[in-house]
Amino acid sequence: MRGYVVRRLGYSLISLFLLSVTIFVAVRATGDPALLLVGPGGRPEDMARARVDWGIDRSWPEQYLSFVRNVARGDFGTSFQYRIPVRDIYFQRLPNSLQLAAAGLLISLLIGIPLGILTAVKVDTVWDTACKIVAMLGLSIPGFFVGLVMIIVFAVGLRWLPAAGSGTPQHVIMPAVALGWYFAASMLRLTRSGMLDVLGSEYVKLARLKGTPERVVIVKHAFKNALIPVLTLAGVNFVIMLNVAVIIETIFAWPGIGRLLFEGISLRDFPVVQGVVVMAGVMVLGVNLLVDLLYAVIDPRIRYA
Amino acid sequence: MAVEAQPLPASLAAAETRIETPGLLRDIPLVPTAILLWLVLMALLAGVLAPYDPTLPVAGARITQPPVWMEGGSTSTLLGTDFQGRDVLSRLIYGARVSLMVAATGTVVAGGIGMLLGILAGYLGGWVDQTIMRLTDAWLALPSLMFAIFLAALLGPGVGNIIIVFGLIYWTRYARVIRGEVLSLRERDFVRLAQVAGVSKTRIILRHIVPNVMNTWMVLASLTVGVAIITEASLSFLGLGVPPPTPAWGLMLAEARATLMVGQWWLTVVPGACISVVVLAANLFGDWLRVRLDPQQRNL
Repeated sequence: MRGYVVRRLGYSLISLFLLSVTIFVAVRATGDPALLLVGPGGRPEDMARARVDWGIDRSWPEQYLSFVRNVARGDFGTSFQYRIPVRDIYFQRLPNSLQLAAAGLLISLLIGIPLGILTAVKVDTVWDTACKIVAMLGLSIPGFFVGLVMIIVFAVGLRWLPAAGSGTPQHVIMPAVALGWYFAASMLRLTRSGMLDVLGSEYVKLARLKGTPERVVIVKHAFKNALIPVLTLAGVNFVIMLNVAVIIETIFAWPGIGRLLFEGISLRDFPVVQGVVVMAGVMVLGVNLLVDLLYAVIDPRIRYA
Repeated sequence: MAVEAQPLPASLAAAETRIETPGLLRDIPLVPTAILLWLVLMALLAGVLAPYDPTLPVAGARITQPPVWMEGGSTSTLLGTDFQGRDVLSRLIYGARVSLMVAATGTVVAGGIGMLLGILAGYLGGWVDQTIMRLTDAWLALPSLMFAIFLAALLGPGVGNIIIVFGLIYWTRYARVIRGEVLSLRERDFVRLAQVAGVSKTRIILRHIVPNVMNTWMVLASLTVGVAIITEASLSFLGLGVPPPTPAWGLMLAEARATLMVGQWWLTVVPGACISVVVLAANLFGDWLRVRLDPQQRNL
């Protein structure tokens, strides 16, 4: 078991390294930040001074090493635009994104799991087809389009909900649905296949032979076991939702890290961009690591693979 | 996603090196395929089908004119005009061209890179495999959309750049799956026979491995097309994709945001509906293809 943990941890570290290098190189290779700091009317002396001030004049390996050292300390540099540490802005905005992602996750679970169970239990019937259609729509219609349509219907047309901003439950509903829409479909599919697998298994057959009422079979035996992969997917999806809410946050003017990324990109504020993207990568790698370790604890066969 | 099959006698193993094509068109889903063909047609014949130039205002029409079935609409501009007076229908038709080009080319580029790396990783094994897999994990760690936004922002707008971005991000799906297939293909009789006979690695890969992963590749490609279209729309929506005045569906959505609150809903709904319908068709087609080529996947 310890060997597996060590190996798995090693893989994560290598991935993290490759990720950081990719980001670092990509950002440096595609433009001269000093130019944008000072502006098109900047004089050469201003640009040279900007380079020294912001450390852009040092060689790439030196820049990268100091970058890694700083990240390990939690220092992502100072935003060019806001002139305060990136870490501060990031963690200021993070709770908003967490809130949105949690709401989105809730919606995806509330829609995906019940429908997934329904379609598995009533397989090959009208219900099954209907749920499959719902899943298809979820995977095909882009979340941000759903968001836009909701604004048209509920904010402009009916005036029930606010179109932008945050603060009250009414503000959360539309962005959460727009965000959770796609993931509801993937939850549905996963629950469905998990339930179908379990419903065909030996001990479910035995429970049925024993005469256990069907409802008990479904809830007590099938559902609990189908739930494990669904819950781990939920954890992974939460982190993903956190990070891909960029467009939805932009549409709904939601003050989260997605919008922070977009602002950083528009203004070529690369400490901000680096900070958000590195944090996103770290989060996802972390969650994947946790999930893999959890699975190794639950299912001993994985440890020896 | 390894393909399991019953072991065949060595004499029949040679027959496996061919791609299975006969009967592939049986049970083809009509509506999704028709929609996709229609998209291709629109893209190719845009110059003929579109009533107006998509980048110029229509002479004699108002700006933000509603579609023909609403009050204030006219038959000269069937789907109305946008905030600059340009014909929505023409922009839709020309936009199909951009969407199709990006989706198709991007998918092929990503698929090509992914297949190459997947085959190398699966067939050569060892440190090549480990390196490629670590790289795949690292790139998969970043949520695709965020990574796409990141790269697109760095490279700047433009159709060519979107295709590059797409290729750089989505190769990982292909690499993983194809590597798995190659791992099992490597153990099969016909490959073993070729190795024993002294055939060079390159030849084995080209003649035996590649044709047999093509099925999986096609399924992956058809499922990636939908993602490609949505990604392009998302990037264009954020101003990072196709630059104006070139018509693109995502860009039309972005431009429609300004008119959203004042009630010109068709400028948003029409391009968005197009995107949704095309992606739906692509996904349905991909699902059918997957079931058709690998019956074990049917329960997903």
